[in-house]
Amino acid sequence: MTSEAPEVQAAAQPTGDVLRAEHIAKRFGAVTALTDVNLHLVRGEVLGLIGDNGAGKSTLVKIICGFHQPDAGRIIIGGEQVRLRSVDHARSLGIDVVYQDLALVNQLTVYHNMFLNRERVRWPLLSNKAMKRLARQYLAEMGVDIPSVETDVASLSGGQRQAIAVARSMFTEAKILLLDEPLAAMGAKEAALILDLIRDIKRRGDVSIIVIAHNYAQVLEICDRVNLLQHGEITLDRMARDTSVQELSDIVVEEYRRALQERHRPA
Amino acid sequence: MSEITQEQAGAVGPPAGAPPSGAWRGIRAGARFLARQREATIFVVAVALFLYFAVTNSSFTTQSNLVVLSQDIAPIIIIAIGEVLLLISGEIDLSVGFIYAFAPFLMSYMISYGVPVLPAILIGLLFGLVAGWFNGFLVVTLGLPSFIATLGTGFLLDGIMLITSHAEPVIPPASAAGAGKWLGSYSWSMIVWAVILLAIFHVVLTRTRWGLHTVAAGGNLLGAREAGINVARIKYGNFMITGLLGALVGLQISFQTNDIDPLAGGYQPMFYAVTAAVIGGTAMLGGSGTMIGALLGAIVLGLLTDGFGVIGISANALPAIFGGAIIVAMIANVQLSRLRESGRMR
Repeated sequence: MTSEAPEVQAAAQPTGDVLRAEHIAKRFGAVTALTDVNLHLVRGEVLGLIGDNGAGKSTLVKIICGFHQPDAGRIIIGGEQVRLRSVDHARSLGIDVVYQDLALVNQLTVYHNMFLNRERVRWPLLSNKAMKRLARQYLAEMGVDIPSVETDVASLSGGQRQAIAVARSMFTEAKILLLDEPLAAMGAKEAALILDLIRDIKRRGDVSIIVIAHNYAQVLEICDRVNLLQHGEITLDRMARDTSVQELSDIVVEEYRRALQERHRPA
Repeated sequence: MSEITQEQAGAVGPPAGAPPSGAWRGIRAGARFLARQREATIFVVAVALFLYFAVTNSSFTTQSNLVVLSQDIAPIIIIAIGEVLLLISGEIDLSVGFIYAFAPFLMSYMISYGVPVLPAILIGLLFGLVAGWFNGFLVVTLGLPSFIATLGTGFLLDGIMLITSHAEPVIPPASAAGAGKWLGSYSWSMIVWAVILLAIFHVVLTRTRWGLHTVAAGGNLLGAREAGINVARIKYGNFMITGLLGALVGLQISFQTNDIDPLAGGYQPMFYAVTAAVIGGTAMLGGSGTMIGALLGAIVLGLLTDGFGVIGISANALPAIFGGAIIVAMIANVQLSRLRESGRMR
């Protein structure tokens, strides 16, 4: 019992940054996705990551979650530099991700998807009963309404699928949660459900979140801070209360105009 | 063919197990239950075929014929186990029949070099694993499409077998006869192996992480990777399981027929196994399939081969019947799954 106290103290980071990514670069063949990304995530905050299509947002997320390895730069988690070898490795360090494509398997049931690659097992067999029970409990806690955890995810709506993808990351030991476009292709009602989920996670306090999104109004609604990714670099870092939808879209549109002018400038 | 389908239609009622009172309701409930199962069509076909042959020819249900029937069915089942796993994970192995052909030769070479019987059999089986690993290497590590990669492996193995054996059949060494009985030459040994293996892999597919990750790899390859599943390991493993099972069947057949034949194996056992899997409901594009379906598919193929032989139909007509039966079973599968998806069967 007494041995637990120092551990809790050690877990509390003095710097306040749970994650730092420094000078991250990544190329795919001839395409440069990221040139020099510097990003930090403060404990307990929700950081919005915005930027035009192809700016490298998903690549950055996939580096932080261990799916891709960066060509250069370093990642510091909880004050320690780490080389993330795989998704499993990153997950063991408390980093979890909801991918843009959701990574759901249509042919599997809701509960198997929720526990994909972290199944409850009583070796050698799956503990389906335990997984069903937990899946029901988690979805109920989140207020997600699904006919049955035993249905295949193929038969669910877009919002329900998104909710399951978020739910499976929420109910892990994740300390850092990455959400890649959780609101893409959502109807208004479904988007509201997901925004509520993110607020819920935020209220729990001990999770820090990076959200990629296109809708600036929604970003400002749920995020504490906003980073803009352009040409493979973070070019803007503002507290959400210090900026506006107008400012953010002006920056992106101006950028677009400048690029257009340069292209049409006579040689 | 139309005669058979009419027979089927007449035979749909009984398997529902209708109680004497409210029989009609029982039959309808049974039909609804069957329609919801992916293996429903093929189950009905299997039962109907069995009844048809049993009724039309009394020698069909004699013990000696049932032994022959079981020996027709068993190799299809065992190879289909591997192909179901591969098809579900989005791959296929066309070379398994050549693994089947080479494994017993390898065993007999080893015994002629003075290797004791059991290690020689194990080397034959190990060869299946290695050949499966090689297929995995081509497909997973080098990124070749499995259709072409395993076709290449098949030709390669066929050539090696023909060169080393000078295309001459040999008789399994007498010293191996004891072990051979348990593997294949007792009347029922092959079907017992088949049923036990099928039961084991049914559990592997439906109740273990391996099975779940096999479905995930075939259902959503990128998603499975993103979830951190080691998809390469799953595919390598399934190729190796298929290779091992192919080698096992090759050894069994050589003992059962007391002949190691360079013409054994080839494409036919593989196509029978893939056909059994697919008419049993396994998706050719990955993501779904069942061992029970493959079992029923193998039974149907075995019944067709054996049954029409017993009732004395011309051997020339058999392929036409076979082809027609496969197409009809597949049409029924596709139509039923459309009905299921549209929700009318729920």
